[in-house]
Order: sequence, then C-alpha cells, then structure tokens
Amino acid sequence: MTEIAAPPRVSPEPGPLAAPPRPLDFEIVPRKGLAIVAVIMVLLIAAIADNKLWPLEFFHVAGGAAWTIIDLFLGLILGPIIGRMSIPARVEFTTKLMPKMVLIMPTVVTATLASGWQLSSYLGTNLTSYPQHGWVVASFIVVGVMAVLALGLLEPANIAVLFELKKPRPNGEVIDRLMKRFIYSAGILGVMQLATLVIMTKLASS
Amino acid sequence: MTEREYPPFTQLGMFSLALIVIGGIYLSSHIPQHVSLGLPIALLIASAAVMTVNLTLLRRVPGFAWYRFFQVAKWALAAYLFTAAMIEYAFLRNHLKGGPLVILTLSLIVYAVQVPALIAFTVARFDNTSTR
Repeated sequence: MTEIAAPPRVSPEPGPLAAPPRPLDFEIVPRKGLAIVAVIMVLLIAAIADNKLWPLEFFHVAGGAAWTIIDLFLGLILGPIIGRMSIPARVEFTTKLMPKMVLIMPTVVTATLASGWQLSSYLGTNLTSYPQHGWVVASFIVVGVMAVLALGLLEPANIAVLFELKKPRPNGEVIDRLMKRFIYSAGILGVMQLATLVIMTKLASS
Repeated sequence: MTEREYPPFTQLGMFSLALIVIGGIYLSSHIPQHVSLGLPIALLIASAAVMTVNLTLLRRVPGFAWYRFFQVAKWALAAYLFTAAMIEYAFLRNHLKGGPLVILTLSLIVYAVQVPALIAFTVARFDNTSTR
C-alpha cells in the first residue's frame, strides 16, 4: 500500500513513513467561498425572477465561458501536467485546487444552465417553432451527457480524493485511481465542450 | 490494496441519472406542443427502480462505512436539493404545469437523491476508519 502524508513529509517511495502521520490541513469545502457562492445564487435568482435580457445573457455567457474554459484547460492542459508530477507535488497541487473546484463547478454549471433555460424561454429558442430547433435539442443532448458524466464520475471523484487526503495515512493507490478518474472525466468533458462551442456559435450567428 | 466486493453502484447510478435526463430532454424538446407522457413516465419509473435496486444492493454489503456514507450524503443532499429547487423555480417561473410539471418534479427528486448517493458511495467505499 502506498502511503502519503503532508507534503513536506511525503516520500515518493512506497511504504510507511517514520514520522507519526497527521491529516493534511485544508478544508474540503472552503467556507469563505460559500459566501461568494451565496451572492452569485441570489443574483441568479434575481435575474431569473426579473426575466430581463441583459442579466440572463450575462449569466449564461459568463457562466458558459467559465465552464467551457475550465473544462478545456483542466482536461486538456492541466490534466496531463498533473499526471506527470511527482506524488508530493501532485498531493500539494490537489489539496489547493480540488476544494476550489468543489465550489466553482456546481456554481458555474447551475448559473449557466438555469440562466440558459430562462434565456431560451425569453427568446423563444426552446420552442419547436424556432428555425434552429434541432441545434437547440443537440445542445440539450450534449449538456445531458456532460451532466451524467460530471455528476456520476467527476464530482464524486473530486470529493472522495479530498476525503482520502484528509486521512492521517492517505492511500496513494486510491488517490491515483480517483485522480485518474477525475482527469479522464475532465478530458472527455473538455472535448464535449468543443461540441457546445460549435452549437452555441451556430445558434448565436443564426 | 484489498477491497470489498461492491455492486456496480456508480454504473447503475449513472444509468438511473441518464434515464431521467433522457425524459427531461424528450419533454423539453417538444415545448409547447402537446406531448405523450408515456415515455417520460416509463423512464422516470425505470430510473427510480434502478436507484432503489442500487441502494438495496449496497445495503447488503457487509461492513460498508454507512457512517461516512451518511456524513457525506446529508451535506451533498442539502446542496443538490438547492440546485433542484433552482431548476424547479425555473419551471414554475415559466408556467409549467400539469403532467410535465409532476414528471419533472419527481425526476428532480430522483436527481437530488441519486447524485448525493453517488458522491457518498465514492467516499465511503474507500473509508477504512469509520466503524461508528
């Protein structure tokens, strides 16, 4: 069993460490970030209730851009880099990145989809009479597949790897397995985001 | 690493989610036309059945870290109930009613239970500390 402890004491070699283990010092869900999430959610609810074009467009475009960029960057750029890092470096990077992802991704996805649905209702683009209805349905399908992958694989792996790292003696094999699952899922989602870009630019230019 | 034998909880959970997603896409792609509710109802029932079977199979796993499962599930449930409520609000805001509203609301309940269960299972399956 590979065992990993706090970064300064981490040994890349398998086997138990001489020093007594202690859990890494990080928050699985950063509490300060919850306040920012709450503000964004209140603004999102206000935008949907108000049903005006600009706030809905803002949330959908800003949220969608953030979602696409994060998925592409994480899956296609950062993922392979993390895979080549040493175990202590990977642990340190993971404990800094993953708690933020726990808050960022659900917030960005909720803002994009909720405002997107309201925007399509406002503009009438979700009606069967809309000339590009097929493209809209295609976007539903892409988002549906992405949602199942993200909710079923990515998000659970994200949380589980943080719980593993919080243990006094994290299991390197488990972390490796969960991180691979996270990175591969993010890579697939990144590629699927390219389909979203094609569909959304087609809809915006028609 | 020795590991217990687990049912295919993640695969079945994702399948259950996929069924309600298909139902949701089917309903939303027919707005505002009248649409037969047979397919979405069948998908919803199948999704709920898969979720129930999944949790039943998990209950039979000896020594499963239920303490850790419920510790994670309760917070995840709070978060996903909130997102489900947001989606429900968007439906109500757009005057959705009748059969489609009932089906989509029940689908959201399946979603709000299934996703926390998936997260909690992934954490608890690797837990070897909590025996409370």
